[in-house]
Amino acid sequence: MKHPIKFTVNGTPYELSVELNELLVDVLRNKLDLTGTKKGCGTGECGVCTVIMDGKSVNSCLILAMEVEGREILTIEGLGERDQLHPIQEAFVNQGAIQCGFCTPGMVLSAKTLLDENPLPTEEEIKLAIAGNICRCTGYRKIVEAIQEASRNLRTKHQKGGDVTAQVDPKAKGR
Amino acid sequence: MRNLPRFNYFKPESFEEAIETLQEHEGRIRPFAGGTDLFTSMKEKGLICANVLDLKGIKDYDFIREANGNIEIGALASIRSMEVSALIGKKIPFLSEAAGRLGSVQVRNRATIGGNLCNASPSAEMAPSLMCLEASVEIVEEKGIRVIPLENFFVGPGETALRGVGLMRKIIIPLLPQNSAGTYFKHSPRRAMDLAVVSVGCVLHFDRDKKKCMDSRIVLGAVAPTPLRAKKSEAVLNGREITKKEIAKAGETASREAVPITDVRGSAEYRTAMVKVFVKKSIREALKMIRS
Repeated sequence: MKHPIKFTVNGTPYELSVELNELLVDVLRNKLDLTGTKKGCGTGECGVCTVIMDGKSVNSCLILAMEVEGREILTIEGLGERDQLHPIQEAFVNQGAIQCGFCTPGMVLSAKTLLDENPLPTEEEIKLAIAGNICRCTGYRKIVEAIQEASRNLRTKHQKGGDVTAQVDPKAKGR
Repeated sequence: MRNLPRFNYFKPESFEEAIETLQEHEGRIRPFAGGTDLFTSMKEKGLICANVLDLKGIKDYDFIREANGNIEIGALASIRSMEVSALIGKKIPFLSEAAGRLGSVQVRNRATIGGNLCNASPSAEMAPSLMCLEASVEIVEEKGIRVIPLENFFVGPGETALRGVGLMRKIIIPLLPQNSAGTYFKHSPRRAMDLAVVSVGCVLHFDRDKKKCMDSRIVLGAVAPTPLRAKKSEAVLNGREITKKEIAKAGETASREAVPITDVRGSAEYRTAMVKVFVKKSIREALKMIRS
């Protein structure tokens, strides 16, 4: 039994037919071919399925397609362009914060929501912000340093009055 | 990987409509808001349910506000909104700290206070601090609305006064009076994501001269079928000046009131020992806050 839903992903509106028990992560990956969002634990513990919905980071493995009616979603594909990375992506590359890359989309999106709310986070705040994203490869040190670099670069860009990379930024609906 | 079973999906627009739907499908329906408990149960514990009831169609029940000397929180308020609330941070800071211990940012953005309480895990993150604050909850049922102390809300593991046909609508929290302070400690392997091995909420009420403890609340999480008020431990403190002697005795007493089980997160013996450690720590921290 299929049901129609309308929602926006990375600035593009979609109208889809979904099953009642279909999950957002599967809609993104299988119906929209946005495979940057990964599947890991399936129970909201590992964070590889992290997307940003209405400005808030969420685990897409625990959200029904039915629940995203009218919502705006940002996936990793919506951040930066191939030839111009978002400052957070750039920082991850510069700092060597990517090994196998599987946790990276979720980490970058968690970093984005952190820096959007708190442009000057302490190390402790960074660690708590990525507590919902598990990395098996790096030991987290370089990821934290990447987020620190991104925080510096984003602030510099703002101070210079610069445009912070073409990106889709769904409006945050309050906290 | 980890698909959900099939179910019918309802999305009422009011509590009245929600109650009607719960009645109609009684025994074969589960309400949810954030879905972080319901869907993990379906995926991990094989929970099957013919119908799910999405409460997010009910508008305007995610408030956090001050009213009549209380803080009122709508049951649909996210745990994250409680964590970052300026009002809670100012008036009851340890409550926003407790909220910050639940899961991760991603989980807290979806999980709701109503959901955490109504799921009624013995280790429900928000229960100890709210019980210490003597919170009460507003319940909507077919026969109307009633308000009961949160302390009386938990009936057993996963069982509440809602009995499968009611819904929680609002949480009412009296503001902390002068010369009172509260703490929440959660003992877990990691600083995030894990369920508590032992958790302790503590509120101390002192007299005007800050000499004697007039009243106290000590609530233990994860060491009993429901969040547990350690009344005997409280009695050790009430009406007395609190010295190392009372603190030690309160910790010892609380560890005997707890009835933990052994499970993957810890042995009963370890939990018993940790109750003592964390009750003592809670009292010391609350004292520090009152005396400063």
